[in-house]
Amino acid sequence: MIKIVKRDQPSKVIFFFTPVLAIFLTLVAGGLIFLILGFKPFEALKFFFIVPIADKYGFSELLLKATPLCLIAIGLSFCFKSNNWNIGAEGQLTFGAIVSGGVALLFYDQEGFYILPIVILAGAIGGMLYASIPAILKTYFNTNEILVSLMLVYVSKLILDYLVVGPWSNPEGFNFPETRQFSDSARLPLLFEGLRIHAGIFLALAAVVISWFVFYKTYLGFQMKVSGFSLKTAKYAGYKGKKMIILVFLISGACAGLAGVGEITGPIGQLHREVSPDYGFTAIIVAFLGRLHPVGIIFASLVVAITYLGAETAQIFMQIPKYTGQVFQGMILFFLLASDYLLFFKIKFIGTKK
Amino acid sequence: MIVDINFIGLIIASIMASAVPLILASCGELITERSGVLNLGVEGMMIIGAISGFALMTVTGSLIIAVFGAMLAGVLISTIFAFLTQTLITNHVATGLALTIFGIGISAMIGKNFVGIPGKEFPVLFEGLKDTMPLISPILFGHSIVFYFAFALPFITSYFLKKTKIGLIVRAVGDSPESASNQGINVRLVRYACILYGGAMCGLAGAYLSMIYTPQWIENMTGGRGWIALALVVFSTWNPIKILIGAMIFGGLTIIQFHMQAIGVRIPVQFLTALPYIVTIIVLVVISRDSRKIRLSTPSSLGKSFHKDN
Repeated sequence: MIKIVKRDQPSKVIFFFTPVLAIFLTLVAGGLIFLILGFKPFEALKFFFIVPIADKYGFSELLLKATPLCLIAIGLSFCFKSNNWNIGAEGQLTFGAIVSGGVALLFYDQEGFYILPIVILAGAIGGMLYASIPAILKTYFNTNEILVSLMLVYVSKLILDYLVVGPWSNPEGFNFPETRQFSDSARLPLLFEGLRIHAGIFLALAAVVISWFVFYKTYLGFQMKVSGFSLKTAKYAGYKGKKMIILVFLISGACAGLAGVGEITGPIGQLHREVSPDYGFTAIIVAFLGRLHPVGIIFASLVVAITYLGAETAQIFMQIPKYTGQVFQGMILFFLLASDYLLFFKIKFIGTKK
Repeated sequence: MIVDINFIGLIIASIMASAVPLILASCGELITERSGVLNLGVEGMMIIGAISGFALMTVTGSLIIAVFGAMLAGVLISTIFAFLTQTLITNHVATGLALTIFGIGISAMIGKNFVGIPGKEFPVLFEGLKDTMPLISPILFGHSIVFYFAFALPFITSYFLKKTKIGLIVRAVGDSPESASNQGINVRLVRYACILYGGAMCGLAGAYLSMIYTPQWIENMTGGRGWIALALVVFSTWNPIKILIGAMIFGGLTIIQFHMQAIGVRIPVQFLTALPYIVTIIVLVVISRDSRKIRLSTPSSLGKSFHKDN
């Protein structure tokens, strides 16, 4: 007989073990799906998870994709830890890209060491401004932040679309939906000759270090943890709830905005219609998979970044649609959430002996 | 300028046609949310419905199998969500997002072999009456059965929630799962049923897109309609009749864009497309700032897990 017993305390071991279990189950289920669809499962998984990162170029691409995911997920962990459901990071990324891109365009025919810092700062501010909308509406009008931040994603993408097609489109660009190229001074420098990985990775690493410090070494981190655990306790302890809600949204928006900066000032160097392949949404998975822990998020961002690369490789070599990456992303989250059950409940096998 | 009165009728009919998937998905999601469950997987369930309907139609040749198969596919995919959120007590938001991401991916995988295949003609009702009256006839007659069902659904849903015992139970579960449970209502079972029903309606909405509206299979063809449907539920303040109005406005904005471009009105298309989202945020702010209003309209336990300790 099987009996399900509630644990007195969530298990610490299982807390960090379930992400690994979820990845394993995802691989098994993914193999099964490939089998059902008539692909050789092991070959498909190889093209998905090993071939893309087998060489120097592939590894650089992996870091390139993991950088925005890590950066955004770090920002989101501030929100999620304190029970604020910001799911509009994609919009904050887009708006950050718009603002920093706009600033970069102002300097399109100039060079100078001061340009890049201004462009980066503009991106962070753009993300913060956009994240402040759901935050302010939540604190002062009691509005549901999930729905507002989500709606704003579409608004930001439409603003971007309007700008690159209309007023900001390259005057010499034959009506392509893209802006001028930014000047070299507005670009994040590439780290290695011939590879696309750029200095944005340092922004992500800085975010990891800072967030670790804030979470575990400051009073603010403690307050966030308490509020996430119980809003009533936080209120009783006299924490300034409203201030904190706005603060975590601003941090989260800044991170997403910086990810947007990386996307446009890195390899691409201009604004165009699609600055992000849904990094903002995928980062939610990364944040969960990384257990809202800075180091966990680094690993999670690498794992999830593979699904982006694998989808491209599998499409080229096996004609598997590139959307397969999303199948894996969805499954990872499903399995992770499901295995969280083991955190709170024990499954006991009770023998029938008397 | 002389405007052909039948032309206006045709525009209204096309607005109604574009409102159909929104009405279906929103009415389904409304029931789910009324039971206290926030399922952000609408987009995923719709796209699964779209590919299932189209694939079944192509393979079996039967429209009936295809339509019901799409609804069943919506039910099946929403079962994942129901099992996770209700049995394994997972977070609604995260699970719903996973459902959407997964649904878009898996539909593209299944749909790989159905790209570029032409759709079938879907039979329409009352075709003979189409020319009998100016203006009114094109609006009323010559549509598919799904179209008529969609426009009846908000009224049925409203009646169900207000006048039937089961509807009352659904609302009780959404507003106060604890007291419903104390009354002997199986909260989990009710929520399961509401989630699966929502899945069926989203599946039907998807099938309408791939089999009647477009009709063909295109990757990611729901194109954000699932999110609009979610917005609509909020816009309607969880009132089915208002979904009808909202869907006409939201659908109308899509259609009007084409015509405005055609006559050269200089408002950016993107602004019109963004309007539904902006309006939804405004509605949300208006109903939320008044705590009495939000108590009256929003299901109190929306998005919160309920676990009864044994």
